[in-house]
Amino acid sequence: MIRLKDVEMEYDNGTQAIKGISLTIEDGEFVFLVGPSGSGKSTIIKLLTGEVEPSEGRIMINGFSVSNISERQLPLMRRTLGIIFQDFRLIEKKTVYDNLAFVMRAVGASNKEIRSRIEYVLRLVGLEDKINSYPTELSGGEQQRVAIARALVNNPSTIIADEPTGNLDPERSMELMELLVKINELGTTVVVVTHEKDLVDHFGKRVVTIDSGHVIGDGVGGYVGGNIHG
Amino acid sequence: MDKHNFGYFFHEGISNMFSHGFMSFAAIGITVACLLIMGTFTLVAVNADAQLQELERENEIMAYVDDTYTSEQARALQKKLEAVPGVTSATFISREQATEEFIKKYPEDEVFQNLDPKILEDRYTIRITDLKQISKVAAQVREVEGVSDVRAHEEIAGGFITIRNIATVICVALILILFVVSVFIISNTIRLTTFDRREEIAIMRMVGATNGFIRWPFVYEGFLMGLMGAAIAFFLQWLLYNAVSHGVASNDTLQLIQVIPFQELWGVVAGTFAASGIVIGVGGSLSAIRKFLHV
Repeated sequence: MIRLKDVEMEYDNGTQAIKGISLTIEDGEFVFLVGPSGSGKSTIIKLLTGEVEPSEGRIMINGFSVSNISERQLPLMRRTLGIIFQDFRLIEKKTVYDNLAFVMRAVGASNKEIRSRIEYVLRLVGLEDKINSYPTELSGGEQQRVAIARALVNNPSTIIADEPTGNLDPERSMELMELLVKINELGTTVVVVTHEKDLVDHFGKRVVTIDSGHVIGDGVGGYVGGNIHG
Repeated sequence: MDKHNFGYFFHEGISNMFSHGFMSFAAIGITVACLLIMGTFTLVAVNADAQLQELERENEIMAYVDDTYTSEQARALQKKLEAVPGVTSATFISREQATEEFIKKYPEDEVFQNLDPKILEDRYTIRITDLKQISKVAAQVREVEGVSDVRAHEEIAGGFITIRNIATVICVALILILFVVSVFIISNTIRLTTFDRREEIAIMRMVGATNGFIRWPFVYEGFLMGLMGAAIAFFLQWLLYNAVSHGVASNDTLQLIQVIPFQELWGVVAGTFAASGIVIGVGGSLSAIRKFLHV
């Protein structure tokens, strides 16, 4: 479960990015986080992943208090999350297998566990035949599916996707979102930050709209709060 | 460290090293140079120290008794000599014993075979506690009534003490300077590797890798570079030492110096080089990776 309680975030340069947000996302939910540029979406992602600490308020993620988490606890909290980036962030000199394997090694998995888990997640994202390919040999959609596989490989309870369809064409975007819905149906909480209105409307999931550091809308079935810009 | 990760860390360490071949080569080269210079001065100091110890073992002062003294009077000087500060023992050698030893020493020289003991003096061989005090003790012995002359290897002892002291000072200064230089260069080489892999490190942190897991491949890289530098330096030091030993042995002036065979030193040299190389390598890598771990 993700819970933000009266969270405020002011950067060192004085920018007030988040102004008193309270939000709860239950286990197994699928939530779109939408809002215009500079609304505070990226800051929320940074707060959820522990990259920055809130100036005020409390954040609980999967049983960890992120607001005052210790250096030692931070990696353990991050292991409960799978993060997908807009620019995929795959390591070009590693094969698909190695891109996934090093993530599992980081949490102490054995070679046997790594092999079987990677084969499973690559089947899930439909890339089992690309196991020995390098990222540069794959299309944008395939690279993003590898990024999803990497997010899934340590079996996290929550997936956080930051503009995952930003670099994909509409058809690939739809396929990718369907994949995330499928992963959600398997029990994983999914939070997707996006500005793509068609996708948000198509899936009819819960939508949280952020603007100027405030939650201005929270409902099911479509975005709330007017136009959404990229 | 998890046992599953040992092979991975090792592989990544080697891979890092080869991915920045020129910088790794430079870092290993500097480590070799530093260890070689440190090793050379240390070995000079060790040899000077060994020579000193040898001299200390033979740290005799010869005190000659006034030839107007009778044998009894000469023997009576023993207590006075042993009372001089810094003297361990004083052994009386009569002129007859001295003549016998002289004849034994030159058995093939007929001129000495019928030597009259009267031309030699009664004498004492005096052992001292500290070679550094040889001049002072010799002067005090000279002051004892009945002692006509004193012979001591003051210049040789002084020379070795000076060499040892200079070598020790240079050694300590060089070790400190070269150690810092080596750590700095290895640290920069690994910083380059780390910079090249900052994206990978950021991803590792985002998926929950601990600082330890991220640090290990870089520690291995430093460890391997330090160890390779130490191994190369060891073999070069061996060659250099043997060349200098042969040079000293074949030189008429220098052959009095007993150079310790490398076979007696190689274990200590190898151990010291390996330990220094590893400390330089691992220290450099830890210093390089530190700032990348606070993401």
